[in-house]
Amino acid sequence: MAQTKPGHRSFPHAGHLPAQILKDIVRNKYLYVMLTPVLAYFLVFQYIPMYGAIIAFKEFNPRLGIHGSAWVGLEHFKDFFGGMYFWRVLKNTLMISLYDLVFGFPAPLVLALLLNEVKNSLFKRAVQTVTYLPHFISIVVICGILKDFTNSDGVINDIIAFFGGERMTMLLEPSLFRTIFVSSNIWQHIGWGTIIYLAALSAIDPEQYEACKIDGGGRWKQMLHVTLPGLLPVIVILLILDIGRIMSVGFEKIILLYNPTTYVTADVISSYVYRIGLQDFQFSFSSAVGLFNSVINFALVIGSNWLSRRLNNTSLW
Amino acid sequence: MKTSLSERIFRAGNAIVLTALMIATLYPVLYVAFASFSEPALMMAHKGILWKPLGFSLETYEAVFGNPMILLGYRNTLFIVIVGVALNLLLTSLAAYSLSRKSLQFKRPITLFIVFTMFFSGGLIPFYLLVRDLGMTNTLWALIVPTAISAFNLIIMRTSFEAVPDALEESAKIDGANDFGILFRIYLPLCKPVLAVVGLYYGVSHWNSWFNSMIFLQDRSLYPLQLILREILIIGDANSMAEGAGQDEIVILGETLKYATIMVATIPILMVYPFLQKYFVKGALIGAIKG
Repeated sequence: MAQTKPGHRSFPHAGHLPAQILKDIVRNKYLYVMLTPVLAYFLVFQYIPMYGAIIAFKEFNPRLGIHGSAWVGLEHFKDFFGGMYFWRVLKNTLMISLYDLVFGFPAPLVLALLLNEVKNSLFKRAVQTVTYLPHFISIVVICGILKDFTNSDGVINDIIAFFGGERMTMLLEPSLFRTIFVSSNIWQHIGWGTIIYLAALSAIDPEQYEACKIDGGGRWKQMLHVTLPGLLPVIVILLILDIGRIMSVGFEKIILLYNPTTYVTADVISSYVYRIGLQDFQFSFSSAVGLFNSVINFALVIGSNWLSRRLNNTSLW
Repeated sequence: MKTSLSERIFRAGNAIVLTALMIATLYPVLYVAFASFSEPALMMAHKGILWKPLGFSLETYEAVFGNPMILLGYRNTLFIVIVGVALNLLLTSLAAYSLSRKSLQFKRPITLFIVFTMFFSGGLIPFYLLVRDLGMTNTLWALIVPTAISAFNLIIMRTSFEAVPDALEESAKIDGANDFGILFRIYLPLCKPVLAVVGLYYGVSHWNSWFNSMIFLQDRSLYPLQLILREILIIGDANSMAEGAGQDEIVILGETLKYATIMVATIPILMVYPFLQKYFVKGALIGAIKG
């Protein structure tokens, strides 16, 4: 993850690799003892499933296992791309990500800028403490509260009815799903998202503000010419990373909130994989969908990281 | 310095916006708290916003704590959190220590081997089949072993181990200590704050996790708290709501029971949170800079 440090030991030449490894193991025997369970964990629980993903190209038969099942080539991928749900899950995934990007991305930035203007440190700390809190509440509880509040006899409908609106069970309305999903995401994570911006803000040299003031810059000018340029590198990295995640909407919150009536707007790629795979037990087909998604996500992360390095000289690795 | 009028307007406006945000964040939590202490019958008839509990009753809490499923869920969750975090911290510190040693020649390829898993995964189904083939389904190990290390937390810990001066390791080696001794007697005591941060991250994620238990457990007596909560809150299963209570009671308790259950499941997190906030933030920053 860290950038390459200057003077780092260069990678050994391929020719002497086995000898080099042996030498390293002898010299660092305790370190390799420590690493054994760790590497075993990653091998078993991360790399074996990667190998297992080949069932996407097979017709999985539980009796024959992953290895023995017959190859079917790209059959499942063709079924998925040609199937009736491909465009639906693709569109829903992208729409939810887009909503999240447009509304969820700027929210913590704006909050951090507002917090930065607060002079009373006690008040500032109070706002931080309160807004960080929902980040730690479990997703089951959050969805339980959402379901209860948006019910036709829930508190949100009580308020709507008070102002003369009509009561409805909001989670049964396909048109409201994305709004509920994304706004509750913002509610839960806006405070936590400010942490990195606040750290970047505290690194801005106060003299820059003084200089701007001397030049007659008011609060607005200071924000425009000192604060935002100071935050720009962080903003760009976070934005690029978010764009890299555009195809990976997690399924946990989706499958807690959706139901067959709202599938039309709520079903995303990952929730589709879960439902087809673990509820309908079409292991191979759903692995194919999952693999398609993993590959796209990986390409997006690599691409966005490349972009961030080009633009900003900052990179994940 | 005199503050101008526009300055004062800005400050007041800012304070109002931030206060409104605080209320919007806290109110749902307060609503749940008020509702959980309300008289069930009053709560059933009530419409709209709550400013305080309607009456005061602990009846629903008695029902929640009298529910054997909830107690069982608590017990299972505690087991998962305690054993899980112990395993998490052991493996993560072993990995973090080894990968922060300069003498390890293959540090970079090994780190790459681990970090790669943060960006690419085999997917849900192969993972499910693996855990099933390992015979872990329907045991609590399915919730502990497959999540034994998080690469993200490993990097947080490695970063802070790298900041420990090399001289400590060298002088300990001269005194004849091996790497295990150095890790457990020098590094871990020295890096207690980061141990706390990472332990808390693991703990919260075990406490809150529900999905793996849903797909791997069939036996209800193994269910962790979050899975019971899901039955009560999401599926709306009245039977798991108040096991052992009569049907009439369930209807009356109905709504308030949900709220009390939420409180019971969330209070542990809410209680530790204020004391640990600064550690959480510290971890988020190390993670953000490096990750």
